[in-house]
Amino acid sequence: MKAESTDRENNNDFNLTTSQVKLKINGNCLQLNVLPWVSLLDAIRDHCNLTGTKKGCDHGQCGACTVICDGNRILSCLTLAVMKNKSEITTIEGIADGDELHPLQKAFIKHDAFQCGYCTPGQICSAIAMLKEGKANTREEIKEQMSGNLCRCGANTNIIDAIIEIKNKGNYE
Amino acid sequence: MKTSKQIGKPVSRLEGNLKVTGAAKYAADYNESDLVHGYIVNSTITKGKIIAIDESSARKISGVIEIYSHTNRSKLPWFDILYTDMDAPPGTPFKPLYNNQVLYNGQPIALVVAECFETSRYAASLLKITYEEETFETELMMRLAAARNPKKGMATSIKPLPPSPTGNFEEAYEQADAKYEGEFFHGAEHHNPLELFATTTIFEGDGKLTVYDKTQGTNNCQIYIANVFGLHFKDVRVLSPFVGGGFGSGLRPQYQLFLCVMASLELKRNVRVTMDRAQMFTFGHRPQTIQRTKFGASADGIVTAIHHSAIAETSHFEDYTEVVVNWANMLYPAKNTLLDYKLVPLDLFTPMDMRAPGGSTGLHAIEATMDALSYELNIDPLALRLLNYSERDVSADKPYSSKELKACYLQGAEKFGWSDRNPEPRSTKRGNRLVGTGMSTGIWDVIALPAKAKAKIDREGKVKVTSAVTDIGTGTKTIMTQIAAETLGISISDVTFAYGDSKMPLAPIQGGSYTTGVIGSAVKAVCTALKKKIFRQAKKMKHSAFKKVKFKDVVFEDGKIFLPNKPNSAVSIKSVVIDNEEKVIKTSKTNIPNLLKIKQYTRAAHSAAFVEVEVDEELGVINVTRAVTAVAAGKIINPKTARSQILGGMIWGISKALREETLTDHHLGKYMNTNLGEYHIPVHADIHELDVLFVEENDEIINELGSKGVGEIGLASMAPAIANAIFHATGKRINKFPIHFDALL
Ligand code: FES
Ligand code: FES
Repeated sequence: MKAESTDRENNNDFNLTTSQVKLKINGNCLQLNVLPWVSLLDAIRDHCNLTGTKKGCDHGQCGACTVICDGNRILSCLTLAVMKNKSEITTIEGIADGDELHPLQKAFIKHDAFQCGYCTPGQICSAIAMLKEGKANTREEIKEQMSGNLCRCGANTNIIDAIIEIKNKGNYE
Repeated sequence: MKTSKQIGKPVSRLEGNLKVTGAAKYAADYNESDLVHGYIVNSTITKGKIIAIDESSARKISGVIEIYSHTNRSKLPWFDILYTDMDAPPGTPFKPLYNNQVLYNGQPIALVVAECFETSRYAASLLKITYEEETFETELMMRLAAARNPKKGMATSIKPLPPSPTGNFEEAYEQADAKYEGEFFHGAEHHNPLELFATTTIFEGDGKLTVYDKTQGTNNCQIYIANVFGLHFKDVRVLSPFVGGGFGSGLRPQYQLFLCVMASLELKRNVRVTMDRAQMFTFGHRPQTIQRTKFGASADGIVTAIHHSAIAETSHFEDYTEVVVNWANMLYPAKNTLLDYKLVPLDLFTPMDMRAPGGSTGLHAIEATMDALSYELNIDPLALRLLNYSERDVSADKPYSSKELKACYLQGAEKFGWSDRNPEPRSTKRGNRLVGTGMSTGIWDVIALPAKAKAKIDREGKVKVTSAVTDIGTGTKTIMTQIAAETLGISISDVTFAYGDSKMPLAPIQGGSYTTGVIGSAVKAVCTALKKKIFRQAKKMKHSAFKKVKFKDVVFEDGKIFLPNKPNSAVSIKSVVIDNEEKVIKTSKTNIPNLLKIKQYTRAAHSAAFVEVEVDEELGVINVTRAVTAVAAGKIINPKTARSQILGGMIWGISKALREETLTDHHLGKYMNTNLGEYHIPVHADIHELDVLFVEENDEIINELGSKGVGEIGLASMAPAIANAIFHATGKRINKFPIHFDALL
């Protein structure tokens, strides 16, 4: 997906001025002019037109907005875009290698690890970064480490099955 | 008979690729050019009047385009009928921004539209609203004396009110050898699909609108918008290709749709309105309900007397009802029954259907009562169900169209290892944790409705089937594709099922577990009609082997038509289409269920849940360590997606029994925990071993597919089984949901 930057907030008269933020999103270098109160989540969705990252609460309580920022999973709704100047961000749109799905994406399909699919981008980004963190080794540990990502459809066991499959295969780089 | 090739296969979700790559677009994902954003302002009082709205500071913010409230809204019709929808209960539908009356806390009272989201949100926070407050009542327990019979209407014909008393309950209960009398309660629950309610309206000009909405019914919203805003329904197109969870919340058009469309029409611009999480608690919920049961049985375990009554909350403007008390006598054939269901109107928004509405409420009381009775009688809980097993629905005096509940009981028990159980409560420990097991029955009715579908085959042999229905994550797209492919005898890769668009053939709202049966039957009917058309064309072909052959004598398989005993008669469907002048063959069909036939039967899916819990003796912490649910739901079209539906239902059961509840501050008349941090649902760490099994069930009555739907049945049996397991573990019977550790200390 092509990302484009827009500048929607250049006129205001309540002492807020836009700042320039440079982000490398899914390998593309972008320059955004955003007001300081724009969350990274809204910057990604509305300014970069990468709508795969979801908003489920805007309060850090659901995990739907998880993206990978400089290698770490973060909640983009709790992050202001201006805090991440010069960061490298991977969103769900950047997980596959072109048309070739990431092993975890394939495992999600195989294990039916989603129903409505709304939590899925966050679950996948979170799981990929979580595996790289290397803290979770057992099923119980993986469940614990993934508990910031809610799934209201109740795909929980299938999500954990998918993550364990690729963890066991070791192909999550 | 032709072997089944597609139905029953565990096909992976066909939209899976879009969902794992972020390409699936939900209602708030359409970044149209020149999009402006609306932010909703909600009332902070519970009842009264808006005296003034001071917009001056908000209007000073640059980027603010307009602020709408009852003072400057569009001219709107005042006939209630124009605001009604496919799921409206009897009463007066809520009309957003209609006047200065505040009917409930959180009522939408203004919309701030601005060039960007942040500005609209900030400006919305600057509105100063003056109210004149009135006294209100939101506490069900304080108003029980006001309970009255529900009004009758369209909704009560689908959700029947309780049947009349039978036999002589008082006498039978008096004479019973074993009795249990219980009072059950659960608070309000909110659906909380993970996707926030959102609408993106594209102002097309010429009076036309394209609306991306989060809904469970594209036609439902289309008709609502056309009626309310006086547009021709053909000029309103509502699309909902991906829905981030519904669970009933999208069965009615929600107020962000109204506000977004109104702003778009007024401003002649593209508008998006998204709710925030707190606003997700301001429309519709599972109503708090108090239930009473009195069951009596003879010493040999036969249930002779059933009393079950429920009092539920509703709003002052609509009588929302659900089927809570009708189930016990459908399951257990007692001859003396007394069933009652009443409503108390409160100053709240109207409740609405939430996954297994009524069923999950009623079964909690019924199945916990049966469990308690089993201990009174010293009979195993499962044995008690088997002793009272009925092949006939005594409450309606009808046979079941099919009922393999016994197989659910037996196969579920076997898989779970029920027979190893020590019947004594508090008899098993694992470290410092008490271990208990419990079981419960589940039942959910099968609804039949008419629906239409279209089908078309092109010269490449590719088939497109369409319906306006949504896929809220249930797997609708996948199973409809399987049904079409199976009916036509082609591969699923040659079928596209297009859906989620009001321009497509009329579909009812997606709820009640009936989509598989209702839309599936329409898909099967239209594909059969298409086959007949293809066959007529094949007969006309030069040297056709079918000139004197009847439709019923040919077989459609592997993309070919042939006579079973003459394989060389085969012609490919593709060649028939090419032979046709238009190079495409298409048809449409409305499937109308044979009510005369199906009404002679009680039609229901059944389940049996077996659960193990561990309870920390000192801390009261409860864990569902493993569970098995056995389901009889007729033909399972796709065991993979159906299993996920049941797993989802089981997790909802865990949530209902142990986690979720919306708490009200009755001094303020306001919900308190309106966020996902304080409205608890299970996280990954809360979910342990869950197992699902489907038992064989043949049903030739319910619909063309013999399929009953699996959206609710997994939830129906789960929550009571957990409560029963907690009793077995601790010896404490807790009849209030959710059960928290403090109840066990
Ligand atoms: S949207 Fe960020 S955690 Fe929910
Ligand atoms: S798949 Fe719907 S919220 Fe997880």
